[in-house]
Amino acid sequence: MNEVLQYTIQGLAAGSFYALSALGLAIIFGVLGVVNFAHGACYMLGAVVAAVLLDTVGLGFWPALLVVPLIMFAFGVLIERTLVRWLLALDPLYNFLLTFGLTLLLVDLVKRRYGVSGLPYERPDVLRGQIELGALRLPTYQVFVFVFSLLVCVLVWMLMTRTRIGMIVRASTERSDLAQALGINVGRWVTPVFGFGIALAGLAGVLAAPFRAITADMGSNFIIILFAVVVIGGLGSILGAVVAGFLVGLVEAFGQAYAPTFAQILIFVLMAVVVLVRPAGLFGREETAR
Amino acid sequence: MPEAPMLEIRGLDAFYGEAQALRGVDLTVAEGEVVTLVGRNGAGKTTLLRSVMGLHRQVTGELLFEGRDIVRTPAHKRARAGLGWVQDDRGVYASLTVEENLLLPPVVSDRAWALDKVYEAFPVLADRRRAGGTTLSGGEQQMLAIARVLRTGARMLLLDEPTEGLAPVIVRQIGDIIRQVKESGGTVLLIEQNVKFAATVADRHYLLAQGSVVESLDNAEFSARQAELLQHLGM
Repeated sequence: MNEVLQYTIQGLAAGSFYALSALGLAIIFGVLGVVNFAHGACYMLGAVVAAVLLDTVGLGFWPALLVVPLIMFAFGVLIERTLVRWLLALDPLYNFLLTFGLTLLLVDLVKRRYGVSGLPYERPDVLRGQIELGALRLPTYQVFVFVFSLLVCVLVWMLMTRTRIGMIVRASTERSDLAQALGINVGRWVTPVFGFGIALAGLAGVLAAPFRAITADMGSNFIIILFAVVVIGGLGSILGAVVAGFLVGLVEAFGQAYAPTFAQILIFVLMAVVVLVRPAGLFGREETAR
Repeated sequence: MPEAPMLEIRGLDAFYGEAQALRGVDLTVAEGEVVTLVGRNGAGKTTLLRSVMGLHRQVTGELLFEGRDIVRTPAHKRARAGLGWVQDDRGVYASLTVEENLLLPPVVSDRAWALDKVYEAFPVLADRRRAGGTTLSGGEQQMLAIARVLRTGARMLLLDEPTEGLAPVIVRQIGDIIRQVKESGGTVLLIEQNVKFAATVADRHYLLAQGSVVESLDNAEFSARQAELLQHLGM
């Protein structure tokens, strides 16, 4: 029993990184129609920036949870303004290729500057050790990652469902040209939405920093699984991205525990089954799956 | 016409790539008028309406709204200038509730209907305000689409086949709404295949064929020649 609970919390912590990142990916895809291949690299950058800031200016984990996403937001705005924007009018494939190229560039730049051996990152004292609940012992950091990420997902969900900004994002996601005809300046939301999506990937990176090896390649496998998450959840579906993120984390954790050789394959089997049964994904609508 | 028309189109050409969909269209709509566009499928009616809204951009010619040339103006600015769009498929958002659909477009003039007034005029929308937009029936969605632009206070409504595929009782209701809009001084340009319905709501009619305006008729001529027009429309 305790073992199952261990894997569950481990899966939910790993799923947190997927959920937060997939949320960003889904929002960007919804409003811009861009599949951001560089999302894994942005997750990696979030972790690297956190590690570098700790090493150079002594910026700790707690402030990094705010500062790094802000830096990544600015980075996203820069990328959107200087590169992505110019290709939006063309076939979406061009931006896919652009962000793919950007990934290679970012990964190699990080390798060149910081090597391939991985950067150190210590988790803060309060997050070390285990939480004891009666007979249960759960790793504090994993519990924290899950609770914190869930909180962020709920906040983003409320932003999307309870505010005017969220309403505009949903309308632009569903039918951009119609929103224009109803007086919504969709173009004005493109840059902040892209920055916001990148910031979420950066936040996932900060959370991963004390938990995973911080290397230039940490985003390469991550992005592949992230695409599976988005397909399972439903392309452009915000709720789907979150649910599928945690689900894939769980599948991965239990797979690694009970069938280590099949752990990765299981995720893609899940994806194949979902696509066969519901081509638009668990929470996708047919029209957004065009 | 005594004063400058609200909408004036001169020599409008529209293209889809190499193909020309509109050829030198001239058309005017005065303030307070209800004008229909009639013609067969493929005559260019929807292209013309989408060009006025700014959803079809591959156009040349003059497009004056309240005296200002808007041919290069993006759609969202045209909406804010007072053009109200009702799409042929109703354009109701599935990911927004009925009330959110109503509140999405910004208010553009003091003619705007308050939400209470909308709900009074369309009780079915009040009952379903928390429901998803596309859970409404086709007729209810059409009501929502029209109510949505009335709430913004748009000075001129562009309606693309508002009665298409709807039950007679709903068609009558939509007729009532259009007459109510006209009585309160509103202006409407609509596409209508239903010639009988068109004659009951409109002041004037433009007959389109192969991308050009072939005739402009007032309502008396239009009603007198109904049989001939029905034949032209292939009905």
